[in-house]
Amino acid sequence: MAHDTTVQTAGHDEHHHESPVVFGFWVYLMTDCIIFGSLFAVFAVLHNQVNGGPSGRDLFEYKGLAEETALLLISSITYGFGMIAAHKNEISKVIMWLGVTFLLGLGFVGLELSEFAHMIHEGNGPDRSAFLSSFFTLVSTHGLHVTCGLIWIVTLIVQLMGTTEIPERMMSKLTCLSLFWHFLDIVWICVFTYVYLASMI
Amino acid sequence: MLGRLSFSAIPLDVPILVGTFLGVAIIGLAVLGLITYYGKWGYLWKEWFTTVDHKRLAVMYVVLALVALFRGFADAIMMRTQLAMAYAGNPGYLPPHHYDQIFSAHGTIMIFFLAMAFMTGLFNFVVPLQIGARDVAFPFLNNLSFWMTAIAFILVNVSLFIGEFSQCGWLAYPPLSETQFSPGVGVDYYIWAIQLSGVGTLLTGVNFFVTIVKMRAPGMTWMRMPVFTWTAFCASILIMVSFPVLTVAVALLGLDRYFGMHFFTNDGGGNQMLYLSLIWAWGHPEVYILVIPAFGVFSEVVPAFSGKPLFGYGTMVYATCSIMVLSFIVWVHHFFTMGAGPDVNAFFGIATMIISIPTGVKLFNWMFTMYKGRVQFHACMYWAVGFMVTFTIGGMTGVMMAIPGADFVLHNSLFLIAHFHNVIIGGVYFGYICGMNFWFPKVMGFKMNETWGIRAFWFWFVGFYFAFVPLYVLGFDGMTRRMNHYDNPQWHVLMLIAEVGAVLILLGIVCQLTQLYVTIRDRNLPANRDVTGDPWNGRALEWSTSSPPPPYNFAIVPHVHELDAFMHDKENGIDTRGAGGPYAPIHMPKNTAAGFLVGAFSFIFGFAAVWYIWWLAALGLIGVIGTIIARSANKDIDYYIPAEEVARIENEHSRKLMAQAAE
Repeated sequence: MAHDTTVQTAGHDEHHHESPVVFGFWVYLMTDCIIFGSLFAVFAVLHNQVNGGPSGRDLFEYKGLAEETALLLISSITYGFGMIAAHKNEISKVIMWLGVTFLLGLGFVGLELSEFAHMIHEGNGPDRSAFLSSFFTLVSTHGLHVTCGLIWIVTLIVQLMGTTEIPERMMSKLTCLSLFWHFLDIVWICVFTYVYLASMI
Repeated sequence: MLGRLSFSAIPLDVPILVGTFLGVAIIGLAVLGLITYYGKWGYLWKEWFTTVDHKRLAVMYVVLALVALFRGFADAIMMRTQLAMAYAGNPGYLPPHHYDQIFSAHGTIMIFFLAMAFMTGLFNFVVPLQIGARDVAFPFLNNLSFWMTAIAFILVNVSLFIGEFSQCGWLAYPPLSETQFSPGVGVDYYIWAIQLSGVGTLLTGVNFFVTIVKMRAPGMTWMRMPVFTWTAFCASILIMVSFPVLTVAVALLGLDRYFGMHFFTNDGGGNQMLYLSLIWAWGHPEVYILVIPAFGVFSEVVPAFSGKPLFGYGTMVYATCSIMVLSFIVWVHHFFTMGAGPDVNAFFGIATMIISIPTGVKLFNWMFTMYKGRVQFHACMYWAVGFMVTFTIGGMTGVMMAIPGADFVLHNSLFLIAHFHNVIIGGVYFGYICGMNFWFPKVMGFKMNETWGIRAFWFWFVGFYFAFVPLYVLGFDGMTRRMNHYDNPQWHVLMLIAEVGAVLILLGIVCQLTQLYVTIRDRNLPANRDVTGDPWNGRALEWSTSSPPPPYNFAIVPHVHELDAFMHDKENGIDTRGAGGPYAPIHMPKNTAAGFLVGAFSFIFGFAAVWYIWWLAALGLIGVIGTIIARSANKDIDYYIPAEEVARIENEHSRKLMAQAAE
């Protein structure tokens, strides 16, 4: 911060030293992290309150879970490829990788929704017990974030189409979305271990 | 089609509300009519509603806060009047259903829309100027934050005339706030008002954190930062850490109500104490979010009117930071009676008492700043010294309540009410009003009238003691909070004294309004103009620019050599402004309607969600998302002020300075 621009040039260069957007978005993600932290705490308190209904051990299945996890983790890699292409200014490749990421994310959300639909159909919806309330809320908060990410990906794809270079503002948008997407991966790993695996062991 | 909404939702059977509605409608129409008559809509829209200038947003925040003060105070004096009447068989004039809404709305409005809005207004005005920045890090988000706060406040007020407000207190404890016991729309209004304003507050926290970390002028190291900026920094961190927890707590309550979930219900395995833990994990830091910036105001005001640097700058910074950290490990003291056991209660009791140590450090610092200084008893200093006395008493009763054994007696009694009003009025409110008197000339270019300011202080100060000391006594006598009427005739005389206090405070508010009127009326008197931009011989950078500052704040970004940067420059004959240039074009953000639109759509969404009008809620949500996407695609977001224009504005200011010096 204490970089010493001379008074003469300070005028309009001052505004341009490293855009605060990415840092600001990272800080915002940390507040999001606290939302998830609180929801994990709520799940920790309520996960035994099954109210005579099924527990996690009765409900969760390895197969769908493994597929969901695989889709989301791979989508992080494909987003990474997209960022590499963005740094090389290869816009068609960026769009292609964003598209792949979108499809993988969509697959994740689809699997999650079908898991939810199955549970609700069996009478084990979020109103069944405090355990299920906290389970559905935590997992679908993550799912809702992924959905927002999907909308964001589409928005950026549309904005990238027909352009020939990636200006600074677009680069910082891509970087923010990258942070967001990887962040959701990390949250999912916590959901995967703490909510699913810990209940099934 | 309209969900739960029907004509029966309009409380035509409550004469007080009908009267209020007529009053608000007449005043509202008059204001709208005047704006139309003078053709000011375009001006308001272009220069204010869509502005991204932190200085203008600051003014809008303070106006919002003052409107909230009137609403919140009207609730307060109605409650006092009810309790002055309703004893020994007399039911008073407010039925319980109405009374419960009033105390819930009073707390909600005073904290979220008076205190938070006023605080954000002060941040907005002062922080960028103190750190030598041209704006905040995210000017558009700043505008968006304002509108989210404003529409949430409108939502609370709409509940007056359409439906009802929550009857569950300002924190809506379950199970009372669950559908089973509160089937109406009141709690839903509360939930959406809190959530929507919470978005604004969280973004404000992120915005100011990033602004302070990234945008300080060259040379301003952490330990050269003015104390007010330090307190804004700490409060921003507290906002970022605690507001997400509030969002979760209130969202879970909403899920219980909207989807029949079982987080806090009596049945289904729900746990009410979980809500208390979550809400106070936000709620306790929240009171420090409010009071730490007030400490910051006093740390600017006391040195300015004592003609000395702040005593113990370093200890002030460390004390602020320790209060910030400690505020996260005390929340259980709000429910010692929950039965967490002696070990847990002892930990939280001791942690609470420890907070009084850094707070004590601060008080001594302010007193030593005054010691052997040339103290001028300006109106600001009245508020500052009144604060020192009042806040200390409030702090001591807080330490009393931090003793778990004592808390079992005092919990939920009027003693508690007296305690937190003691710190919130004596600390937060006195602090913000002090700050308003202090920075007003910087905002407007003319000083506030002092005579009426001092009168306002005395009415508030004396009125406070009349209104709340009886409540301490009543708390000891066993009177619990939130009572609608009582049978014990011995309490009556104390309630009458408290009513006198409320009337004195009313006179204080009248004096403040008069102060504003007189200030604006006499703004052109030479004695009131602030030509130099430095009316109090100030110490920090905000006093180095003109009053009001130009849109870009600083034509040339100042260089900071020392703590109290501007005072250092004055003492060493350095021209902080760099008058005469050469100037370069200045990069500025453009105004945008996006913040207003997101706010308007959010309002539609919130209102529709309260009344289960799902198609309208969907429209609102689509509007919000669509506006954000459109904003993200907009490339026309900035412009340059040409160097010649900068030179013209700066030379004009220099000319005025020289004319003033020649006199």
